[in-house]
Amino acid sequence: MQRRLKIGVLYSRVRVEEKWIFSALEKRGVDFDRLDDRAIHFDLENPAPWQEYDAVIERSISYNSGLYALRILNAFGVPTVNTAAVAEACGDKLTTSTLLAKASLPQPRNVVAFTPESALEALEELGYPAVVKPVVGSWGRLLAKVNDRDAAEAIFEHKATLGSTQHQVFYVQEYIDKPGRDIRAIVIGDRVLTAMYRKSEHWITNTARGGEGELCPITPEIESICLGAAQAMGGGVLAIDLIEHSDRGYLINEVNHTMEFHTMQPLSGVDVAGEIVEYAMNLAKERAS
Amino acid sequence: MSTVTCPECAAEITLEAGTEVGEIIVCSDCGVDLEITALEPAAVQLAPMEQEDWGE
Repeated sequence: MQRRLKIGVLYSRVRVEEKWIFSALEKRGVDFDRLDDRAIHFDLENPAPWQEYDAVIERSISYNSGLYALRILNAFGVPTVNTAAVAEACGDKLTTSTLLAKASLPQPRNVVAFTPESALEALEELGYPAVVKPVVGSWGRLLAKVNDRDAAEAIFEHKATLGSTQHQVFYVQEYIDKPGRDIRAIVIGDRVLTAMYRKSEHWITNTARGGEGELCPITPEIESICLGAAQAMGGGVLAIDLIEHSDRGYLINEVNHTMEFHTMQPLSGVDVAGEIVEYAMNLAKERAS
Repeated sequence: MSTVTCPECAAEITLEAGTEVGEIIVCSDCGVDLEITALEPAAVQLAPMEQEDWGE
């Protein structure tokens, strides 16, 4: 008799996305555990309890907790959505930019330096305005649009003085004057599932910052660039954020590996949670066979 | 229907059907984020503050 598959869902908070994922698992009659990342622990000498899972869906809010959990699970041989390598590629925005550049995919220009002085020099070459970004971070936090040298000097000094060592990596991106919106597309495996415009009067268009969603048709160009970005990150369940440039076309701004889709799912009518579960189930079946 | 008391402002909050442990609700009186820690009986505590590495 075939063994019943078991799925784990690693989470920090039960947001509406996690509720939808739990519900999709229940609807399919899947045996699954809810794994609160604040309550679990790993014994590296004893992988057996974790190896009972045929796949784990990682939905941690904390990048660090999620990434280390994925590294351990993958080392234990447990398939995860997404893999640790993909989480690392997406969670560290500088790594994302590096991989996109390696794949010759279109993105805003990026410069990197490790001291305020060299960052200032790099920024002068890049030109103003520019965006100073933390290498790890989300929801549009700590993004700084720098319009001139005075602002750049102040921001770099603040980061050097007040920030953690991670903020000593000065990651500066060309500012793109986008048309009051960007595009978010969800890619699962080799399919672009759905896409939406995120509209905002503010230069940060993240819906976590109040941006509004509107359905975006998936053109062959959007499909191609999104699949390319997903492949460059290592594939899986990903959200690709695109910026429209008036001359250069679509530019990839970032890729998210534990994306939120509370706006996307009702707007598009696409069962994103169900698709994530199906993807995890396929991984689980491959492992079990 | 379950009710909880906001630990910040003592307002009485009625939980919606389908509320789950681990979910975050907002106190309608004082606006603080509360995490559901139990359902039978219902209990809440102040939700953890947002950390630098939080996100998607």
